[in-house]
Amino acid sequence: MARVLLRVPTMTEKGSVIEIRALIQHVMETGYRPNAEGVLQARDIIWRFTCRYDGEVVFNAAFSPAIAANPFIAFTIIATQSGPVSFTWEGDNGFTQTETRHITVT
Amino acid sequence: MTVSRRVLLAAPGALLLSAPTRADQQRLAAALLDFTGGQPMREGRVRLDVSPLVENGNAVPISVMVETPMTTADHVRRIGVFNERNPQPNVITAQFGPRSGRAFLATHIRLATSQALVAAAEMNDGSFWSQRVEVIVTLAACIEG
Repeated sequence: MARVLLRVPTMTEKGSVIEIRALIQHVMETGYRPNAEGVLQARDIIWRFTCRYDGEVVFNAAFSPAIAANPFIAFTIIATQSGPVSFTWEGDNGFTQTETRHITVT
Repeated sequence: MTVSRRVLLAAPGALLLSAPTRADQQRLAAALLDFTGGQPMREGRVRLDVSPLVENGNAVPISVMVETPMTTADHVRRIGVFNERNPQPNVITAQFGPRSGRAFLATHIRLATSQALVAAAEMNDGSFWSQRVEVIVTLAACIEG
């Protein structure tokens, strides 16, 4: 399991716009870099990030090798109701990781 | 073969100042065409924030903001960021909707050299908007092994 840093508000008002910041530990090997022997290292990136909330995909992004190592993403969503917000990263070599946070909407 | 010291000293400067080739420009244009599907794209509404002088191309903070109320009637469907001179023209493509609240996106990217960045947005009415920003990079990503 890769280390994940997530900033999600735990409590918020209904209808407010909340900012979410997510960072995951990952090399994001581009596939364009030679190693010490001069051989190109195989691509190993996260190519998709998805945020699900209140029964729907509310944000999703396709990453390319131009995204820096330990990919960071910030975006906003509208707080509609209390419940889990899940974050999924998918990548090369079968990489997949999902984290869930609970937000309380008042 | 002898290379004069003068030539060696001039080399880094030449790297910084080398103009984008026609192939770079065509690749960027092709990536944008792929994003818009051939629809016309206008300058405006999109704000791409990135430092004009980047010290380290390995992690460059960027953010994109689009002027829109993000209602069901008027919202951004997609935001794409593209570059001119990395090995690939695509950087990130993200999908938005009325539940996004704001058409906002921030991330950290790699820049192989000084070049142009383009942020493009697709609105729900099918129109496309963009902003182009030139960035100077002093320490490039992707070169050191």
